[in-house]
Amino acid sequence: MEYEAVIGLEVHTQLLTETKIFCGCSTKFGAEPNSQTCPVCLGMPGTLPVLNKKVVEYAVLLGLATHSQIRRNNRFARKNYFYPDLPKGYQISQFEEPICENGYVEIETDNGKKRIGLIRIHMEEDAGKSVHNEDYVGENETLIDLNRCGTPLLEIVSEPDLRSPAEAVAYLSKLRQLVRYLGISDGNMEEGSFRCDANISVRPKGQREFGTRTELKNMNSFSHVQKALEFEIERQINLLKNGQKVEQETLLWDVQKNEARPMRGKEESHDYRYFPEPDLVPVSIDMPWFEAIRSTLPELPDEKSARFKEQYELPDYDIAILTESRDMADYFEQVAEYFKNYKMISNWVLGEVSRVLNETKISIRDFPVSAQRLSELLTAIEKKIISTSAAKKVFDYLLKNDHTVDQAIDKLGLKQISDSSAIETFVEQIIRENPSEVEAYRNGKTKVIGFLVGQVMRVSKGKANPQVVNRLLRKKLEE
Amino acid sequence: MSIKDIHESVLQGSVSVTERVRQALVAIKENKHLNAFTQIYAEEALQQAESLDQKITGKQKVGKLAGIIFAIKDNINIKNHRTTCASKILNNFVAPFDATVIERLKAQDAIFIGKTNMDEFAMGSSSENSFYGPVKNPVDSERVAGGSSGGSAVAVAIGACDAALGSETGGSIRQPASFTGLLGLKPTYGRVSRYGLVAYASSLDQIGPFAKTPEDLAYILQVIAGLDPKDSTSADEPVPDYPALIDKPIKGMKIGLPQEYFAEGLDPEIKQSVLSLADQLKAAGAEVQTVSLPMTKYAIAAYYIIATAEASSNLARYDGVRYGYRAAHAEDLNEMYQNTRSEGFGEEVKRRILLGTYVLSAGYYDAYYKKAMQVRRLIQNEMMDALKEFDALITPTTPTTAFKLGEKIEDPLTMYLMDIYTVTANLAGICALNVPAGQHSNGLPFGLQIMSGAFKEEILFRLARQIMQLK
Repeated sequence: MEYEAVIGLEVHTQLLTETKIFCGCSTKFGAEPNSQTCPVCLGMPGTLPVLNKKVVEYAVLLGLATHSQIRRNNRFARKNYFYPDLPKGYQISQFEEPICENGYVEIETDNGKKRIGLIRIHMEEDAGKSVHNEDYVGENETLIDLNRCGTPLLEIVSEPDLRSPAEAVAYLSKLRQLVRYLGISDGNMEEGSFRCDANISVRPKGQREFGTRTELKNMNSFSHVQKALEFEIERQINLLKNGQKVEQETLLWDVQKNEARPMRGKEESHDYRYFPEPDLVPVSIDMPWFEAIRSTLPELPDEKSARFKEQYELPDYDIAILTESRDMADYFEQVAEYFKNYKMISNWVLGEVSRVLNETKISIRDFPVSAQRLSELLTAIEKKIISTSAAKKVFDYLLKNDHTVDQAIDKLGLKQISDSSAIETFVEQIIRENPSEVEAYRNGKTKVIGFLVGQVMRVSKGKANPQVVNRLLRKKLEE
Repeated sequence: MSIKDIHESVLQGSVSVTERVRQALVAIKENKHLNAFTQIYAEEALQQAESLDQKITGKQKVGKLAGIIFAIKDNINIKNHRTTCASKILNNFVAPFDATVIERLKAQDAIFIGKTNMDEFAMGSSSENSFYGPVKNPVDSERVAGGSSGGSAVAVAIGACDAALGSETGGSIRQPASFTGLLGLKPTYGRVSRYGLVAYASSLDQIGPFAKTPEDLAYILQVIAGLDPKDSTSADEPVPDYPALIDKPIKGMKIGLPQEYFAEGLDPEIKQSVLSLADQLKAAGAEVQTVSLPMTKYAIAAYYIIATAEASSNLARYDGVRYGYRAAHAEDLNEMYQNTRSEGFGEEVKRRILLGTYVLSAGYYDAYYKKAMQVRRLIQNEMMDALKEFDALITPTTPTTAFKLGEKIEDPLTMYLMDIYTVTANLAGICALNVPAGQHSNGLPFGLQIMSGAFKEEILFRLARQIMQLK
């Protein structure tokens, strides 16, 4: 029997607000433990939360980008549970009335485009961190870092529309691309600013009812998600094939052992006793506010790639990479403002620029060769001032030196020689030095011309204009 | 002498602030057996008084409460002082910030003589549920002072301060004011910032003053009321010049007497006095009519569900992890929580946390919490309708005078019924106050309650003033 997987994902994404959701503390990652706290996020007696309106705005942006219905009157709720990194003994979240509902995200699959439904997106505060596995923590010790406590989160809950680990990863990538495009989250899974839990079940293909699901936690990268889902699907299918049942339980992904193992029982069955948060008044999003938020909505990935296709007539492969991030697309478009051979720009951005980005791990925003400078370099190639190979040398030079393209060409002495008399000297020299190739050419083996051009280029140190070299060589050889 | 008069005589130099603080400290010492205070800031108050006296002598500008001595309920934060909530679990907790009301009082040069005893976490109607022992009634020390703000009431009654701040969730200012013969105000929900008040039931809690005259209440409310960016539930409503409005005649004011508040269970003498005062208001030009508020009978049930539900969540933070009491022995985390909370909280607090946890639990939420919230909405609607017709409602504040210490402590239900006339104002979010209505043949004082619409405290002050003049 053939089985299919049914997967739904719950994603928590930390928002890039300057301050926390209910107090004025900074949200910066990596500060000294407990240095970014105040009485409010520490849950001191007598404190009260005050909502950071930016969080609402970011939630609305994501709602718009995912075609969701957006709630005009929002309420928060308390989710009650005891944990040492939860200072108030409850998390302020949303329950019955999430800010966004019924949206979708479109992904590419092997069978074309597919819509993945979103049940809800809601706002909530993050908890702190319990630290156990660090060298500075003693054996019977747990340390609490509350810097993260109160960092704003959006929780995005998908419908169980995903059918394979590959679809799950495609969905996660798309969602991460969206939050990055919107500038509301850095979407960094390794640092924990973009976290994912999965609900997963399998069923015989064609069956409508869902199977018993398990919940999978602790997947800290896209590849963990892929591996963990593959593991769990196989585990469940094997159980069913052997006539056993899938237990409804929560599993933790163990990165070291590459397996999912059950979480301890008591941490699973929580009664969170949700009730409306009495310390916060309902937040209503009126039309002027809504319109003001909507007006800040940037061009989204799907729109951008459609426009790139129309405006720059590039291959789909190029477009997918160029529009992967807003910054990359912006860089391309800034070059395209000055230089109109778009495919040539794309080749350079996908080639040299991407190579350097990968090697140096810097972001395109901080790329040392500005878009305008790259356009000057490409113009120099097009005007035959330098050859393509010389241009790569200039490019490498510009990575380290803040010079203009002209200055760099001068400095490197790479200006192309198109003057026939100068090139003629090189051509004569090569003919003299390679009598057998010259002989072969004259006997009809005209392919050796490539070798001879190369030799001329070598002695000219790459500066000779290859077309002039070609013309002069043929002329001399056919004399 | 009113607060305003005291302030003026201090400015004129006819009495020194230091002398006033010394007298207050003597009153505290003489009444130590009443157990009104959890902390006394004698030295600090004296230092502050001396510095104020110097400023006044030097003709420097001082605040409008310069010379006035306050006692503060021990669930309101004063920076760098303990906030105990009369609980073992917070016995050693030092507040890292000032409550907004404290900031506002400090800005006007008020002096804080100490923190007052109370029912633990403001849960109670007698101030007997305290880690520091019960508060006793100054008129008869065999009797309770009322609660939960009993210590604040007693502090004013014995002259340990000119006024005191208490907090209300279901009558915790009005009821002790009634039992000690004082005025006590529960402002409209949102009138006074709750920032720095340790939460019991967030949707009902409100800070308010105790004083000896309606003029004093008006004077203090003027200082502490108004929008606070730190409290989202504080109202963006203008603060009227309450002291200036208090003299406005009450002629033509429409007053309702809700019949449900004069029914079975009410002491006949109290009933007689309240009705007689209503008659006198009529004679003074008010229109007085009876009115029916049938939802009243559900108020206590709704109140104890909503208040305990919120409390069960608000008190979750006292877990021994970050501050306050932590149990000495525990094998693991859950045992640490259990032992800390079992040892740190008193019986009544535990009872309410359990009740509140129960009513929010899966399977019970709809039957209890949700239903109670619906009832609350109906009570609010009924109250709003009545207050469209009437400027104010007049009722007794409590069904009886102060009861004996220990008399009701073993019988929570009877104790809860002490709030029967007061909880409605909290559920409806309106303002209400207690004004002394007379002395019972048993020698104890009792009060009359005036309720008015949201942000209509001015009406309460005017009527209270009239009643004080009638007596």
